[in-house]
Amino acid sequence: MRCRLAILGLTGPAYLWLLVAVFLPLTAMLYFSVLSETPLGNREPVLTGEHYRAFLEKSVYRDLLWRSLGIGLEVTAFCALIGFPAALALSRAVPGRWREVVFLLVVLPFWSNGLVRTFSWTMVLGAGGVLDRGLQALWPDAPEVDLLFTRQAVVIGLVHAYLPYMILSCYLALQAVDDSLILAARGLGASHWTVFRRLWLPLGLPGLVAGSVLIFVPVIGAFMEPRILGGPAGTVIGTVIEDQFTQTFNWPLGAALSFILLAVVLLILLLAYPLRQRLERVT
Amino acid sequence: MISTMQRLGAGLALLLALGGVATAQQLRVLNWQGYGTDEPWAVEAFAEEHGVEVVHDYFNSEQEMLTRLRTNPGVYDVVLINSSYTQQAVSEGLIQPLNPDQLSHFEQLDQSLRDHPYLRADGELYGAAWVWGATAYAVNVNEVTPIPTTLEALWAPRFSDRLGWRDDAVESVQLAALALGQDMNSPTDLDAIKARLIALGPQIRTFWSSEDQWNKYMAAGRFDIATYWSGSAARSRKAFELPIRFVIPEEGAIGWFDGLSIPVDAPNPELAHAFIDYLIGPAFYVRWDTEVGAPAPANRGAMAELPEDAFNRAVMGDPAVTGRLTFMAPIPDQRRNRYLELWQEVKAAIVQ
Repeated sequence: MRCRLAILGLTGPAYLWLLVAVFLPLTAMLYFSVLSETPLGNREPVLTGEHYRAFLEKSVYRDLLWRSLGIGLEVTAFCALIGFPAALALSRAVPGRWREVVFLLVVLPFWSNGLVRTFSWTMVLGAGGVLDRGLQALWPDAPEVDLLFTRQAVVIGLVHAYLPYMILSCYLALQAVDDSLILAARGLGASHWTVFRRLWLPLGLPGLVAGSVLIFVPVIGAFMEPRILGGPAGTVIGTVIEDQFTQTFNWPLGAALSFILLAVVLLILLLAYPLRQRLERVT
Repeated sequence: MISTMQRLGAGLALLLALGGVATAQQLRVLNWQGYGTDEPWAVEAFAEEHGVEVVHDYFNSEQEMLTRLRTNPGVYDVVLINSSYTQQAVSEGLIQPLNPDQLSHFEQLDQSLRDHPYLRADGELYGAAWVWGATAYAVNVNEVTPIPTTLEALWAPRFSDRLGWRDDAVESVQLAALALGQDMNSPTDLDAIKARLIALGPQIRTFWSSEDQWNKYMAAGRFDIATYWSGSAARSRKAFELPIRFVIPEEGAIGWFDGLSIPVDAPNPELAHAFIDYLIGPAFYVRWDTEVGAPAPANRGAMAELPEDAFNRAVMGDPAVTGRLTFMAPIPDQRRNRYLELWQEVKAAIVQ
């Protein structure tokens, strides 16, 4: 009895928090998504499925969802390409006490406000920005580099924002690998490439998958980075949803689009699950 | 166990008591950031006279302002509402009638604005006309000669990738309607407007959403020409010393005027009236326009006190110029949703 009370007392706050901070708002939004009007003030909304129908009927939402998924894949791929080797280097090549310093550098982006971080990129990427001037200094005849307000700028900003997730989750998987495994492989004549392909990659896969999910899901709903760095190229499903809340007070349509996004994410994760299992079996 | 509970309870009671003390005499204002009411000298002057702290909250769009009123009843004392939204705020029961007898400067206000039907409902006054202006565009005079005079110029090849555009569905539709010679308050051919806006794609360098952002982009040379508000243009010139000129195009411009209102459950309606009276008076306005830059005043006395070459007297006081303005009418929700849909189709087309 005492033990059960203790468990309840210890886990209760966490569940209460989940209920209040996640479950209740989500339920409210789900309810909003089937209303004809935002139920605030003295409006009288009725139940309707028109907002979900709008997604099926208007190609603009589908096109922008595709665009967001494309950006999500691109950002996740770049994070994996940079993050996995970085985590490998961090877990194997960096000596113990330096590791903490490097770790600090990795999580540094988390310490700064997201808006500040994103606005800093506008100073780096634009014509006459840090990147442009740096390149001109090294190579005077270099063509002007002006990446600001392009799709590339959005991808760069998002990769910078989410890369730590990939490094940290890959690091956790890789640092658990037993050194003797690698020594054995090398001793049996495996090349560095073979060791990477047959040992590091499969053993680090859980971290890679976890990192990809952690990145892909928020990136396809991102709206702040696309808006600031993308300019006219920054219209994505996230900004469309935001506009429903800020520009027209059409919360029901915004909520419906959010839930469609959520459904698509869940579907992708569901489809990826057997793929991941097969992958693990093969390797 | 009991003692822990008691201690917790005592702590909670203490917190509540502290909270009660902290909420003494504050006047909460909801407005755009940097839009007059939050000038430090104005806040100080009012605080000194009335012994009340003026606290500000800001919104980035009219919809956000309405949402804040809907979701925070009993929080705000004074709110700035664009006249095309006043009727909606009244019908949703968000604002209360004003008492003109408590506004000593009320009689000085320009009659056409003061008694405008947009600010009234059921014979009651719901907004005190404060300032008015135009939405068109401003150009960087160092980069652009000669200064364009038409809306059509926004589509000129000269400004390819050099145009800043406000990311706002209603404003976009209305500017395109004016350029096409349609009635901006009830455009007849939305397809033509959509096509015209899509044609703007290659022109647009980036979208802006706040005055602050506009100033930063213009200062950094991100654009040569950008849609803008006349009052903000005055501020950008004076307070930020940007080399810009505001143009009221030949085809016309969007006219608007802003009123000051009091939300339904305002904690301090008396003080709110006093603050509004201070804001619509000439002393506040003249200092705001000469030191910082402001839209044109609804107070005729205030306009007469401006220097003769002031933009708000020389240009905005000229009937030939103001004749080109079409004042924004209230827009029903349905049509606003249609505009946003159209604007999103445009943005999605531009992106491809």
